[in-house]
Amino acid sequence: MSLYVEVIKNGNGKGEPEHFTINMGPHHPSTHGVLRLVLELDGETIVKCDPRIGYLHRGVEKLAEHLNYNQTIVLSDRLDYIASAANNIAFCLAFEKLLGITPPRRARLIRTIVNEMARISSHLLWLATHALDIGAMTVFLYCFRDREWLLSIFEKVCGARLTHSYVRVGGVRLDFTQEIIDELRRFTEEFPQRILDYETLIDVNRIWLKRTRDVAVVDAETAINLGLTGPVLRGSGVPYDVRKFRPYDAYDEVEFEVPVGERGDTYDRYKVRMKELRQSNWIIKQCLDKLKEVEGEPVLAEEAPDLLLPSRVREPEPKPHPKKGFVFTGKELPVVPPGEAFASIESPKGELAVYVVSDGGPNPWRLRIRTPSFVHISAIPELAKGHMIADLVAIIGTLDVVLGDCDR
Amino acid sequence: MSDIIAQIPYPLLVFIVAFILLNLTLLHVAYLTYAERKIIARMQQRLGPNRVGPRGLLQPIADVLKLLQKEDIIPNNVDKSVFKIAPLISLVCAGTGVSLIPLWEKFVLSNLNVGLLFILALSSLSAYGVILSGWASNSRYALLGGLRSSAQVISYEIAMSLALLSVVLMAGSFNLQDIVKAQVASPFKVYLIPQVVAFFVFMVCALAETNRVPFDLPEAETELVAGYFVEYSGIRFALFYLAEYFGMVVMSALAVTCFLGGYAGPFEVPGLPFIWFLLKLYVLLFFYIWVRATLPRYRYDQLMGLGWKVLIPLALANLFVTAFLKLYL
Repeated sequence: MSLYVEVIKNGNGKGEPEHFTINMGPHHPSTHGVLRLVLELDGETIVKCDPRIGYLHRGVEKLAEHLNYNQTIVLSDRLDYIASAANNIAFCLAFEKLLGITPPRRARLIRTIVNEMARISSHLLWLATHALDIGAMTVFLYCFRDREWLLSIFEKVCGARLTHSYVRVGGVRLDFTQEIIDELRRFTEEFPQRILDYETLIDVNRIWLKRTRDVAVVDAETAINLGLTGPVLRGSGVPYDVRKFRPYDAYDEVEFEVPVGERGDTYDRYKVRMKELRQSNWIIKQCLDKLKEVEGEPVLAEEAPDLLLPSRVREPEPKPHPKKGFVFTGKELPVVPPGEAFASIESPKGELAVYVVSDGGPNPWRLRIRTPSFVHISAIPELAKGHMIADLVAIIGTLDVVLGDCDR
Repeated sequence: MSDIIAQIPYPLLVFIVAFILLNLTLLHVAYLTYAERKIIARMQQRLGPNRVGPRGLLQPIADVLKLLQKEDIIPNNVDKSVFKIAPLISLVCAGTGVSLIPLWEKFVLSNLNVGLLFILALSSLSAYGVILSGWASNSRYALLGGLRSSAQVISYEIAMSLALLSVVLMAGSFNLQDIVKAQVASPFKVYLIPQVVAFFVFMVCALAETNRVPFDLPEAETELVAGYFVEYSGIRFALFYLAEYFGMVVMSALAVTCFLGGYAGPFEVPGLPFIWFLLKLYVLLFFYIWVRATLPRYRYDQLMGLGWKVLIPLALANLFVTAFLKLYL
């Protein structure tokens, strides 16, 4: 009984209630990976919440300094492994700015489709786990059924289900076949009905409303100060969406709305994401129509660095570089000019930004990634204060954090 | 038949009946877990158990065998005697209730005059198993689970007793056999129709009493990992699991007895005396499973709010109206 004696003895002596310290994670079913939270509880109410991160740290930024630009894309898959296509795009956009390459239109359209597919599959996984955390088990399996469909399409596109590495500097690796386009069309036709299915289960469910309404309310100002982005920020009523503000790929060609919430509570964020699912579906539809206009065009820019493509002629022997070891390139000059570039995209979780500095060598001199999950986790103590343990689970869910994305 | 029964010495008769009853209930509990997994799988577009035996029918047996083989881990810092006895308290309290349920006009193991009270007392006592296991585990998650459970059971016990009191008022007896007989004699044949409010309150409370979704807070997997039995393993874990399903069966059987007319049916089925009772029982058990597949989980304070602010006043008002009607009609 030593534990309880200790808790009772350790009261602060000022007549204030003793706090109960509990360790949540890193092995806990609802911390979405390896997040560890040290909680101080007063009964079941959270007095203090202290997130500890780093259990999934792989040193992606440092690793990138020793890999050439195309190899870095494989690392990007492992950031937010639920929407790896979006990470690929962020990396490639930064590298393209550095190189001064513009991908052909077909490639940009395909990237937009892939990005939105990643968004849908990420949001489906979010809804599944969020609902499961709150206790609705059936929604979880319904979402996984539809995510499975999307993953099988991804498999047809690039052969991988989760870590795609599909996007390349200057375009994409492979063109869409007719089969993929037909399959995607079928998906976009049926998906709105599926969204309705989920909403029927939880949208007006009294218990769901009780668990999400007025939980973890963030007003617009606090949300901006905390650095929140993506659906979490839009749930607080700020219509900030990188796709609208700094359009990349083909987002300037397509129409879509940016849904925003009013109250900034967990339910609003849920609604925002559900609306985004519909918008993403619509964007995919528009892009599929536009793909017809660019039938047969290349999907990789002519001047794209052919670091890993077998179709181009490589030098038989790698050329030694005075500083950086071997340069695996078919071109005489350094592929990447010295300089720096910044690109940010609207990843499903929030704003994902990549800043890259080149010294003219084959590898990035420095690569810095700003991931939404890291910022969102830093907001948990603020949001959790005064809520109960059960709400903490909903808060982690509503922020939609992925620890691979946070720890890098 | 009755001559033969009359010749059996009484203690032996009790033993035989208890043996039949225990096996019947254990069979039901085992296959309730199977049915739950199959039905929920169906609702969630999965397959459910389908590997052990035809259509997975031997799965419950395989589960029990597996759990029996597992090492019985007792952590170092636990209060060993309490830790060991807690699952037994839960199981015995949950299981004993079966002996009071009249399965048939001529088949009830102990026809107690205060049968209803006895069942309520047992279900209150089963909370001790939960609290003690939470305390003895010397783990913070288990303690939180145990505390949640004690609060929950105490609050919902009140509403449940009040709902059952209306039935007692109508039947004029605490004896379960008499309650069934009074129902058959009443104009509607079942108390479900005049006591629909009490039935609703009772079913919600039964969900809470047995720690089922949407009131499965003591063992909320996503919050407390497993709640009060987080430190248990092997057969002791299985005992808690069994206790939960025993609780479901007993609560459903009580609902059948008190609200759905017990073993009485629209017509007699020759050779199958228990058929109506079991049919009604299965309908209620299906309800439990259905709820689990559909609803999210309440939050602790909301659960308390629901119990104290909605169910107890509702049950009280219902009791008052019943008493009034009983006096003046």
